[in-house]
Amino acid sequence: MKVLVAVKRVVDYNVKIRVKADQTGVDLNNVKMSMNPFDEIGVEEALRMKEAGSVEEIVAVSIGVQQCQETIRTALAMGADRGILVKTEQELEPLHVAKIMAALIAEEQPDVVILGKQAIDDDCNQTGQMLAALMDWPQGTFASKIELADGKANVTREVDGGLQTLTLDLPMVVTTDLRLNEPRYASLPNIMKAKKKPIDEKTPEELGVDTAPRLTTLKVEDPPARQAGVKVEDVADLVDKLRNEAGVI
Amino acid sequence: MIPNQKQSPYYTDEHEAFRATVRRFVEREVEPYVAEWDEAEEFPREMYKKASELGLLQLGYPEEYGGIACDRFYGIILSQELARAGCGGLSASLMSHTIGTPHLSMFGSDELKARVLPPVLAGEKIAALAVTEPSGGSDVAALKTTARRDGDDYVVNGQKMFITSGFRADFYTVAVRTGGPGLGGISLLLIERDRPGFDRTKLKKMGWWASDTAALYFDDVRVPTANLIGEENQGFKAIMHNFNYERLGMAASALGYAQTCLDEASAYGRERHTFGKPLIENQVIRHKLVDMAMRINSGVAYLEDLTWRDMQGERIVADVCMLKVHATSTMEFCANEAMQILGGAGYMRGGKVERIYRETKVMAIGGGSAEIMKDLAARQMGL
Repeated sequence: MKVLVAVKRVVDYNVKIRVKADQTGVDLNNVKMSMNPFDEIGVEEALRMKEAGSVEEIVAVSIGVQQCQETIRTALAMGADRGILVKTEQELEPLHVAKIMAALIAEEQPDVVILGKQAIDDDCNQTGQMLAALMDWPQGTFASKIELADGKANVTREVDGGLQTLTLDLPMVVTTDLRLNEPRYASLPNIMKAKKKPIDEKTPEELGVDTAPRLTTLKVEDPPARQAGVKVEDVADLVDKLRNEAGVI
Repeated sequence: MIPNQKQSPYYTDEHEAFRATVRRFVEREVEPYVAEWDEAEEFPREMYKKASELGLLQLGYPEEYGGIACDRFYGIILSQELARAGCGGLSASLMSHTIGTPHLSMFGSDELKARVLPPVLAGEKIAALAVTEPSGGSDVAALKTTARRDGDDYVVNGQKMFITSGFRADFYTVAVRTGGPGLGGISLLLIERDRPGFDRTKLKKMGWWASDTAALYFDDVRVPTANLIGEENQGFKAIMHNFNYERLGMAASALGYAQTCLDEASAYGRERHTFGKPLIENQVIRHKLVDMAMRINSGVAYLEDLTWRDMQGERIVADVCMLKVHATSTMEFCANEAMQILGGAGYMRGGKVERIYRETKVMAIGGGSAEIMKDLAARQMGL
């Protein structure tokens, strides 16, 4: 079996981001970039499938600027077998990414496609679902457990009411949730080995995907600053404030 | 903060990937526990295995014995990143094989290497270096522990002092006198912990609590001559050769601790409000932080330059001595200034700056004291 894992280059989760002065977006100058944490979980899950003997090859895909190659290298250093970089300077929307992934699926014929449930930069949470729809494949989103057996998969999902387990036929699309696993570190020997693993380069045009924007960003602003709270004397004071100032009771 | 997108002729993408791995390891597996380990005066032995799984113990050792071929900048990255936890005792003992085994790796017989290196690099066994004695440290040529030849054995008698990982190491590289007085009578002997007559006691220290520093006692300890590392009476050169790398490593660590002090002090300065504004907005505090950064940055530049020059085959003894003094005095300066900025909070036990403050002296003394370093540098410079 073959697994395709999507890995997105995003602002590192430790970075305190700043909105650009002209309100066109987030300032990415000299900001540390890393692999989207949900995608790390995706790579880890693929590695565990391979270690369990149910998968032969893991292909890591990243879409974006040249530096996305570093994100692929991270996946290769964790243990993925090869990479595909779909290079574009264009800012991409979830539908573009889903279409590019669909075109790669046509070429690669994977049995399982793993994506993060969302990326921590735009938090869209759409690409996996769109991809499953485009492919007309079953989808298991927000996965906290994946078991492969006999051409099927049991995927446990984290839903509002608790856990839901679905049985999906392969090929399928899965998106990862936080509790699926704890990703490993890339060891130094694997970092060295990753240097020699191949990364193919493609473009959206070669894959026949139009990446013209469909959305327009009007303005990006900081969320409103939180107002300081007030201390109340006693319950009567609290009830009074809730009733007369906040008007909520 | 160590710049993340640093442009440098020395570091490749692989170096940066390694840095990311070590940083995460330190954040997840070290930082949350070091205060506890320091108080317990010990850290779990499984840390050696965990470090080995990531390749941290194997840097630069021959691949046939489980090592990883790589340049010395990986070692610098490792020292810097471990320093972020601000627990020198952990770094010193976890990495004690980097002073305990290089002689064996370079000059030892194939049999010795095959027996010692694989389990040490795998994190299953611990290695230590024993040179200093109660009667003297830096004056290696005067050491008194003797190894008298008796058939196929040496019989070892004497004491060693202040030995890092000395209490729980499995293999000890011990400097002994096999010949006449002076530097021409010294050999290196590998001594296993379970040899009859070999005993040790743990020492209480000002800092480096997490490290099991010990005094070693040898009372008619029989060691096979096959355990001789390199040739008889040729030990002095091997000891001196590796001191260069020990000192480079200590310089990298010292600058790392200095940086950690700067990071802690800047973070606290932003957070702490006094007289209606953040502490960091006071000129006196800002100047302290800049004074710290100035010293650290010049030290790091010197460190990287020297590491590169060593890789080109240059003899860098005098510079290593000066760098070690510069780096360790930078650490002392930064620990002192950071403690002033943190005030009472810094003085409380268990914080990074408090630990580092207690560890400044071992860095300025261990591996060659500042005074010895300056004298050696002066002689090397022909002064």
